Amino acid sequence: MKKIKYNLCLVLMVMFFASCSKQGKHTKHEDAGANTNINKLKSISTDVKMAYIPGGEYKPFYGTDTSLVTVAPYLIDERAVTNQEFLEFLKENPQWRKSQVKRIYADTSYLGKWPSDLELPANALPDAPICQVSWFAAKAYAQSVGKRLPSLDEWEFVAMADEVSPNARKKPQYSATIISLYMEKERQYKAVMKSKPNYWGIYNLFDLIWEWTDDFNSILTTSDSRNSQYEDKNLFCAAGATSSTDVLNYAAYMRFALRTTLKANYTIANLGFRCAKDTTISKAN
Amino acid sequence: MNIKNLALCASAAMVATLFSCKTNPDQGGSKGSSNSSDAVNIVAEGNPEVAEVTGAPNVPAPVGTRGAKKWIVNLETTEIEGIIADSIKYTFWTFNNTVPGSFIRVRVGDEVTLNLKNAANSVLPHNIDLHAVTGPGGGAAATTAAPGKTASFTFKAINPGLYVYHCAAPPVPMHIGNGMYGLILVEPDGGLPKVDKEYYIMQGDFYTKASTKAGLLEFDNDKAVAENPDFVLFNGKKGSMLGANMLEAKVGETVRLYVGNGGPNLTSSFHVIGEIFDNVYLEGGSTVSHNIQTTMIPAGGSAIVEFKCDVPGEYVIVDHSLSRAFNKGAIGKLKVTGDANPKVFKADKVVAE
Repeated sequence: MKKIKYNLCLVLMVMFFASCSKQGKHTKHEDAGANTNINKLKSISTDVKMAYIPGGEYKPFYGTDTSLVTVAPYLIDERAVTNQEFLEFLKENPQWRKSQVKRIYADTSYLGKWPSDLELPANALPDAPICQVSWFAAKAYAQSVGKRLPSLDEWEFVAMADEVSPNARKKPQYSATIISLYMEKERQYKAVMKSKPNYWGIYNLFDLIWEWTDDFNSILTTSDSRNSQYEDKNLFCAAGATSSTDVLNYAAYMRFALRTTLKANYTIANLGFRCAKDTTISKAN
Repeated sequence: MNIKNLALCASAAMVATLFSCKTNPDQGGSKGSSNSSDAVNIVAEGNPEVAEVTGAPNVPAPVGTRGAKKWIVNLETTEIEGIIADSIKYTFWTFNNTVPGSFIRVRVGDEVTLNLKNAANSVLPHNIDLHAVTGPGGGAAATTAAPGKTASFTFKAINPGLYVYHCAAPPVPMHIGNGMYGLILVEPDGGLPKVDKEYYIMQGDFYTKASTKAGLLEFDNDKAVAENPDFVLFNGKKGSMLGANMLEAKVGETVRLYVGNGGPNLTSSFHVIGEIFDNVYLEGGSTVSHNIQTTMIPAGGSAIVEFKCDVPGEYVIVDHSLSRAFNKGAIGKLKVTGDANPKVFKADKVVAE
């Protein structure tokens, strides 16, 4: 009995901590286990507009389970974090500069083209999306602006929309249009918000970069480890056809393929991020 | 009637005997039919060396009589614009910037460390599944590389034959459809018999639509699902073996073609007009058949064909599903030069009446 009480106490404490951080009150210190590397994180401000997403039920692309997943209401940045914004973050948080970042938090190509710690590459547009940052760095940035990374479900939920409808998945042109955008190389150097927003008012989900999600590697975990470890998890070859809910959605395959190759310290030339936030509003105004 | 039938029967039996006579020595002489479990115990000697790899239609030097060795094979996956037909561009995805990818040549017992580098400016992750590999995914999981990353694995070649390799990153029909395939030859102990000329040919079907850029085509998913290609090509380009690019041989020479089919969808009916294949390593394996006019090459499969050039001329190489040759580009040529051979072929003069 004592044990149970103790456990209950622990759970309550954790909940208390979690609710605190959700409200974004952690302006100076955030010291919780894995986050020790960012315990000196200084907050910065950003004026990026966030879109309110009411959430709802949606069918994940990946998995043989046909049951729907419920996504709670959330706020998400209308655009990706930019070069300029990340530079401001680095000014306040030297531990994330390329000369100082710990290798376990970002690989050797972190901010690869930056000539020095606080200098954008010569040809880089300040309002192009920041790329070549690790998941750890993206997470730290999000925390510094009082936000978090979107979950994979939250990201995919808004990605179902086209310009006119919240769920365009069944439209024949939906996947084809996205694939055409994906085919273009080196598009990550363009400025954000130059193309049309989607139904939710969100820009550039497909036409500039790949984006980190908080649980980008979550499809690597299956409930049954006896499942074929190579085929089921990674959608290889035809195996992918047995483990996705929409075999014609090639665009989604491409996103999931990219995510399965990532590690949290990887930095890639066309991989950036945007931020999200919890909301207590439960209905759209 | 009965006598006729008997005669037929007898001649059939004779033919059968002849064939069995002919095939038996072949099988006995073919080291390819040895058990792959023996190959596991062959020791690969020395330090690893970087293997020579080649773009089509060239192949690396034969293994000859050398023993098993250790090799490093470096491949880079890229996404590049190239010419698909005439002056039309297409966004190809490649191994080592060519379609098909580099030809890899090893022998049974060789140990190969394959380094797959995905170019830093790639949009997508890529990997490699080699059909010559015994192991999960043919190496696909072990080599999956995000843009800018390199992934490696090591395998021992234990089955001789001509094998397809391809990218197996999802959606795999798209990766293959954009040109991500090539061949790896695993020669038997002692090597394949010597021939005068060797060439590398790989067929693929291409599904295209206009992209946002003028003059540039890109992959069409709907056409691929319908298996209705706009182009069926040898070596990734219309005319890759025509005009100045014709394959060449001389009268009296023996020619060996390493032919693969990347697909992603179509089966090839591979044929050389005006030649009969003296030997065909069926499906790229160890069974050798003779006197073949057209050999089937499955998507994701291969064949080795051999013939002797007896008569000069231009020999047309086709997929004998002829609309593909006539309308979609599956056509090439072998130019044979040398003295005429009227004993074998003589065009009689047309006599006017």
